[in-house]
Amino acid sequence: MHIVVCIKQVPDSAQIRVHPVTNTIMRQGVPAIVNPYDLFSLEAALRLKDEHGGRVTVITMGPPQAEVALRKCISFGADDAILVTDRAFAGADTLATSYALASAISQINKEHAVDMVFAGKQTIDGDTAQVGPGIAKRLNLQLLTYVCRIDSLDLMTRSIQVQRRAEGGVEVLTTQLPCLITMLEGTNDMRFATMDNMFRAARCQIQRWDRVAAGIEDLSKIGLKGSPTVVSKVFAPQARTVRAQMIESDGDEPRDLAMTLVAKLFTAHPKLGETIVRRAA
Amino acid sequence: MAEKFDAIVVGAGPSGNAAAYTLAKAGRKVLQIERGEYPGSKNVQGAILYSDALERIIPDFREDAPLERHIIEQRVWVLDDESFIGSHYRSDSFNKPPYNRYTIIRAQFDKWFSQKVQEAGALLICETTVSDLIMDGSRVIGVQTDRQGGAVYADVVILADGVNSILARKAGFRPELSPGDVALAVKEIHFLPQEVLESRFNIAGDAGVVIEMIGKITKGMMGTGFLYTNKESLTIGVGCILSDFKKQKCSPSQLLEEMKAHPSIQPLLEGGEMKEYAAHLIPEGGYNAIPRIYGDGWLMVGDAGMFVNAVHREGSNLAMTSGRIAAETVLELDAQKKPFTQKNLAAYREKLDASFLMKDLKKYRNLPQILHRNPQFYTTYPELLNRAAHTMLSVDGIDKKSKEKQIRDSFRQKRSLFGLVGDAYKMWRAFE
Amino acid sequence: MNAEKAAPRKSGKGRVELDDRLKAYQGVWVFIEHERGEVHPVSWELLGEGRKLADTLGVTLSGVVLGAPGTQTQRFCEEAFHHGADRCYRMQDPVLGSYRNQPFTKGLTDLVNAYQPEILLLGATTQGRDLAGSVATTLKTGLTADCTELKIDMENRTLAASRPTFGGSLLCTILTLNYRPQMATVRPRVMAMPDRDPTRSGSIIDHPLGLIESDIVTKVLEYIPDARQDRPQLAFADIIVAGGRGLKNADNFQLIWNLALVLGAEVGASRPVVQAGWVEPDRQVGQSGKTVRPKLYIAAGISGAVQHRVGMEGADVIIAINSDANAPIFDFASYGIVGNAMTVLPALTKAFQQQLAVARMAG
Repeated sequence: MHIVVCIKQVPDSAQIRVHPVTNTIMRQGVPAIVNPYDLFSLEAALRLKDEHGGRVTVITMGPPQAEVALRKCISFGADDAILVTDRAFAGADTLATSYALASAISQINKEHAVDMVFAGKQTIDGDTAQVGPGIAKRLNLQLLTYVCRIDSLDLMTRSIQVQRRAEGGVEVLTTQLPCLITMLEGTNDMRFATMDNMFRAARCQIQRWDRVAAGIEDLSKIGLKGSPTVVSKVFAPQARTVRAQMIESDGDEPRDLAMTLVAKLFTAHPKLGETIVRRAA
Repeated sequence: MAEKFDAIVVGAGPSGNAAAYTLAKAGRKVLQIERGEYPGSKNVQGAILYSDALERIIPDFREDAPLERHIIEQRVWVLDDESFIGSHYRSDSFNKPPYNRYTIIRAQFDKWFSQKVQEAGALLICETTVSDLIMDGSRVIGVQTDRQGGAVYADVVILADGVNSILARKAGFRPELSPGDVALAVKEIHFLPQEVLESRFNIAGDAGVVIEMIGKITKGMMGTGFLYTNKESLTIGVGCILSDFKKQKCSPSQLLEEMKAHPSIQPLLEGGEMKEYAAHLIPEGGYNAIPRIYGDGWLMVGDAGMFVNAVHREGSNLAMTSGRIAAETVLELDAQKKPFTQKNLAAYREKLDASFLMKDLKKYRNLPQILHRNPQFYTTYPELLNRAAHTMLSVDGIDKKSKEKQIRDSFRQKRSLFGLVGDAYKMWRAFE
Repeated sequence: MNAEKAAPRKSGKGRVELDDRLKAYQGVWVFIEHERGEVHPVSWELLGEGRKLADTLGVTLSGVVLGAPGTQTQRFCEEAFHHGADRCYRMQDPVLGSYRNQPFTKGLTDLVNAYQPEILLLGATTQGRDLAGSVATTLKTGLTADCTELKIDMENRTLAASRPTFGGSLLCTILTLNYRPQMATVRPRVMAMPDRDPTRSGSIIDHPLGLIESDIVTKVLEYIPDARQDRPQLAFADIIVAGGRGLKNADNFQLIWNLALVLGAEVGASRPVVQAGWVEPDRQVGQSGKTVRPKLYIAAGISGAVQHRVGMEGADVIIAINSDANAPIFDFASYGIVGNAMTVLPALTKAFQQQLAVARMAG
């Protein structure tokens, strides 16, 4: 069995430290990490490998420093890693990204048939959740997103059964391989890397594929050229011009502040007051 | 199958990197284990880089090491509540390459240093904690990590795991860290536009200024403050002996807030955006707190060995020097085909003794205790000195002779003649 | 305080001439999402927004309904008209009974290719996100996710979709200039629910799917509904009391629950609180959590940084309690108290209790 897992290296917006006195947010030197959502998918893939044998290849499209993220995945147990990197990919939106990754996965498939592709549900820096479905479409893989549990995999009949989170409940679906799965967050815990895998990750030679090696022939489909969406401007959110009415009272006793606030609320917003009374009843 | 290396270095801070680099460069099979996510993630420093120490390891470090500003001016300030009296030394010869000291940002510097170590051939593993030393009798033969299958063996293990070396304590090489032997320091990095910074501190190009502070800013606790200029930021910090913090029930970050509000310091920070905050322990016990630093199959380097010269705020250069010397000792013994026994590794201590490292530490060995027992150096003297300066510099119709008498009297009143003489003697003893 | 920084891209400025093929794309479409007989309210919110876009462009607004044959789809179309649609494109087929990626992607793609809308909107839900990426890739067109604002750039007759970027600290506007349809997804509750006009009606255009069950690889074996009472219903709550990092620890968070109980309110939280495990993830309000539009939002110990703000600034009345007078939340809240949440919250709880007791006696 051969599973390909797509990952992305992202800035760690979660590693925010707060100054103990002023409570301001410290953001300097924020390191890059493997997109946390990808780890749930990687762990699911590794568990399938534990159960059924086979290999897990991790792949990412990114700048040279994304190699660190790939090594991290190897330390968890992935067998191989490929960094698809090329200046021509710069400025790619999700359509161009899925094109590049799909091409690379096709190339991988030529050498070693791919049974399943896993991808993260979304990235913490882009949040679009579009690349996984894009790859599935291009490679004609059955798409299973928001998977919260993989019930069973039968390599003989090439069928897989999963549970998928819907709005008001869980769907139990079955489909045929090859498929692309994105795992819902919190559905597993990434294992603690063994020493052997740490050594392997530190020593591993990570393959680097440029666009030629990734099998990309149509340059108009990658990078900026291949991106239908363009960013026309970046701006700060418009501040609400009216600052809050600050509640004050002599002595600033919490009790007085609270009473003043509640009185003001009910006087200035009678309808809201009615809603509150109704709800509390 | 557990792996075996020529040497295992525990820790990827300056001392660990120095040791690992030196060994790897000489062709040894080295494994470096760091418990942080990446080298430097657990390290905090002022930070000042001392060229001499690094040059002896990587002679051409200036080519690609991330350096902030080379220091051309040193200021020493003795602060009262609203004033300071100080001395500056600024030299144009410090402004001629090769530069002697630089300010650095540790996160970037450690990353660079670690890269060099790996390029030299050492294998680095992060996010892995060495939980125990593996012993064969009294001989260290390897390390046990917190990962499955985590036993690794080596001919020699170099402990570079920092001021709070749990490993050293567990193995019995070092006692529990005493709060009187460490300082807790906090620092912030404030970003300022480069032009503002340069004009405020009267520097240009890559030149930089360092301010070391002592006095009322530590509220009677034994400690110092500092302010360094980086390319486009200022590092400001303060640290005091941990036992003093505990006694005074004061929080270091609160102390820093008040220090930043000092009328002489606040204008220097004006307009800056604080973007980084860090805290760390610093060894302060000096010579008398140095534990066993070698044994059968092991050596201790850096903060783990308590190699910090508190008087001159030198720590990272001692760390790098001890790391280098430890590695050189190993290489020497190897060349002579001698085993890494305690007896043979004594050469490490001998080399340290012969170097500036031990000589300086020995010179100041009494200082920590003397200063700690004499808080007047942090409170009364700064007050007296500042008031003396104020008196002399105020032109108010009082004749100079009377002013001098006033000053003399104030000293005697606060400290008594006996006290003054005693203090002078203590200072002499401390610095001899 | 509006810092605009144009991205250095040539194609973002100036007039872009659409080629004739793409000019043929006209109309605004909204995908009407439904699950087990109920339409997801985000579809109505999108119709509300779509109405404004269609009016600006001077084109029709249409709903797209894919489902099993029967009365259900008729009902969905009628509701779509009630919420502002002029037309509904409908595909009925037994194969479309439950949502599955393959038939729905084909269905929606075929409809788009047949009737050529210039704009296609979907809700950013599990179904919407699953479908949108597949459809956009099939159509080889641009898709902008999780938009917080949709406008028409009349110069280029283009959809200007704005969304958070750089970890949420800034916003960016994205255009799909040379491709049609322009696709966008929007999270539930970001757009306002439009008024419902039961007198409104429209025309339904039916179109065949062209797939049979054996064509479709994925099968739905079972559906396991959630136990209703367990899940927090923040999205439609009238009153929400939310706590942030300023509460210092999980024990103090109980004060939030106490106030919520008195007000009959739902409990929300900022991201760090959820990450610390003080409350379940469903209660997270903000850019990566839920967007809420309550009548009253009380935020205690929350700084009001942009990532949280975008999730709740649509509330009618916002009360902020924070010990830092400079906390950004005071820049946009309705009322503010500078104080320690640990003392203010219990005081507020008591104050509300007293007010309610008075109201009960009077009423």
